[in-house]
Amino acid sequence: MATVPDTRRGLGPGGRIRVDRGALLLSLPALICVGVLFVFPFLFGIDLSLRTGARAAGPWTLANYTQFFGDPDQVNTIWTTFRVALPVTIFSVALSVPLAYVMRHGVKYERLITSLLILPITLGTVMVAQAVLNYFGPVGWVNQVLQALDLVHEPVRFTHNWLGVEIALFLNGFPLVFVMILGYMSGIDPELERASRMLGAGPGQTFWRVLLPVTLPGLAIAFCLSFVANFGVFPSATLVGEPEGPTRVIAIAAYDAAFVQYNPPQGTAIALLMGVIELAVVGVVLWLRARTTRTATIRGGKGA
Amino acid sequence: MTQLTDRPAAASPTLQARGGPATARVARARSGRWGRVLFYAAIGFFAVNVAGLVGTVLVDSFATEWFGTWLPPGLTTRWYEYIAADHDMPLLLFNTFFVAAATTLIALLLGFPAAYVLARGTFRGRGLLAALYALPMLVPPLVYGIPLATLLLRLNLGDTLAGVVLINLVPIVPFVILILAPFIEQVDPSLEAASRMLGAGRWQTFRRVVLPLVVPGLLTAGLLAVVRTIAMFELTFLVAEAQSETLVVALYNDAFAAGMRPVQAISALAVVYMLTTMALLGIALFFVKPTQFVVRLKER
Repeated sequence: MATVPDTRRGLGPGGRIRVDRGALLLSLPALICVGVLFVFPFLFGIDLSLRTGARAAGPWTLANYTQFFGDPDQVNTIWTTFRVALPVTIFSVALSVPLAYVMRHGVKYERLITSLLILPITLGTVMVAQAVLNYFGPVGWVNQVLQALDLVHEPVRFTHNWLGVEIALFLNGFPLVFVMILGYMSGIDPELERASRMLGAGPGQTFWRVLLPVTLPGLAIAFCLSFVANFGVFPSATLVGEPEGPTRVIAIAAYDAAFVQYNPPQGTAIALLMGVIELAVVGVVLWLRARTTRTATIRGGKGA
Repeated sequence: MTQLTDRPAAASPTLQARGGPATARVARARSGRWGRVLFYAAIGFFAVNVAGLVGTVLVDSFATEWFGTWLPPGLTTRWYEYIAADHDMPLLLFNTFFVAAATTLIALLLGFPAAYVLARGTFRGRGLLAALYALPMLVPPLVYGIPLATLLLRLNLGDTLAGVVLINLVPIVPFVILILAPFIEQVDPSLEAASRMLGAGRWQTFRRVVLPLVVPGLLTAGLLAVVRTIAMFELTFLVAEAQSETLVVALYNDAFAAGMRPVQAISALAVVYMLTTMALLGIALFFVKPTQFVVRLKER
C-alpha cells in the first residue's frame, strides 16, 4: 500500500502533508463503495420513483408524488413525523446542556456514568422499544410504583401512543447527544471562562455570554444528528406507538408502500421525500449555525 | 445558572490557584455542590430507569407468568427452550456474528486508506470528499435503504448474507472513516518523513511506523462498528428473511407479531440478544473510553 506522502515537498499547512497523486488512489476503494452502494441507488431511486406499474418500466411521470400529495392521510405523516421527532430532539439537547455544564471539568465515576449512558445505544432501538412496552406498560413496574406511591389511581398510559414513542426515542437518542455536548463543553479552553470571571462577569453571564455561544456550533451538530435519527424513526413508532394513527410517521408510510403493498416506486418516492424534508431541516440548522458562529466569534473577540 | 466548579474545594488544590477571595471560593463550592447533587440525581434517575428496563425483560424471561404483581409468582427456564424450538438459534447467532464481523472487516479495509488520505492530505476537493463520507450518516437509513433493497432484490441478493452485508456497509464505511481519521491525524507526520529519510520504503514505513501507531484507532473503530452493526435494525430488516435473519430482526418480528407467542418468549429472545451485545460492549469498553475520541476530535 503506497501510503507515504512525498517527503520532498515537506509539511503542508496545519501539520498536514501534501499527498502525491498516487496516494489519492487510496480513497478509491471507499469511494467505489459509497458510489455503488449509496450514490447509485439514490439515482436509481429517483428514476424508480418516476415510474409506475408492477414492472416500473413505463415512461417518466410524477404520478407517485402527486398520489402522495393528493392523499391527506399520506401528507399527514409528514406532520406526524415532525410532532414525534422535534420535541424529543429539543428536549434531549436542552437537558444535555446543564448536565454537560456540571460535568465539563470531569466528575467522579465518569467511566461508569458514560458506560451506563451508552448502554441504551448498544441495546438498539428494537430492544429498547420491547423493554419500554414491558417496563412502562399498564402493569409494568413504573405504573406499579406510581400507584404504590398513591400518585395515580389508574395506570397511566405510557405505551401504544405518542408518549411511548417519545420515551423510546429519548432513551436511544439522549446518551449520544449528551456525550457529544459533553465533548464540546469540556473541550472549551478553561482560560476563556477564567478571563470572563476575572473581568467581572458573574457565573450566569459567563455561561450565557461565553460558554453557550462557544458551544452553539456543537449544539447544532448534536441537534442535527439526533434529529436525523428521530426523523427516520421506524421500529419505535411501530412497536411502542400507534402505527395506524397518531404515530404513523413517514418512514412507516414508505415501508408500507414498498414492502407491504409491493409498490417499490411509490415507496421509493416517499423515502426520497423523507430524505429531502429531513435534509432541508438539517440545512436550515447548519445555515443558522454558520451565521451564529460568526456573531459568536465577533462577540468573543470584543469580550476578550 | 450557578457557577459550578469541578470538584469539592477540599479535594481540589488547583482551585486555590485559581484565586479569588476565600469567601467567594466557599460560595462557589457550595453552589457547585448543588449543581453536582442535581447532576447525580438526574443521572441516577436515568440509571434507575435503564436498570428497570433491562430488569423487567430479564425477570419476565424467567417468569412462569407475570401480570400486575411486583415479581412473578414462579420462575422457569422453559421460555428459553421455547425460543430454541421456535427459532433456529444457531443460525440466528451465526448470521448475527457473521454480518457484524464481515461488515466490520470490509469497512476497516476500505476505510483505513480513505481515512489516511482524509487525515493527511491537502488537496482540492478534500472538503467535498469529507462531505460525501458524512452524507450517508446524515440521512435516515430507510431513505437509501428502500431503493438499495429494491436493487438488491432485483439482483437476487435478497435474503442472502451477502445482501445484508452490502446494505450494512453503507453507513458503516463512512462511520469507520470518520472515527479513524482523527486517530491518524495524531500520528506525527515527521515520523513518516524520518522513516522515509532513513531509507525505508513506502510499504515498510506503513507496516513498521504508521500501522502500529494506529492500532488503538483500528480497535476503537472496529469494536464500535461491530456494536453498531448488531443493533442496526432497519437496513438488515429490508433485505433479510428466513435464511439471513439476524437476532435483532427476529426480535422485531416477534415483538411486532405480539400475541402470536407468550410475552415471556419474546423477553427470552430479547435477553439472548442483550447478552450478545453486552459481551461485545464489555470488550469495547475495555479498550476505549467513550468520551475520549469525541474530545480528541475537538482538541486536535
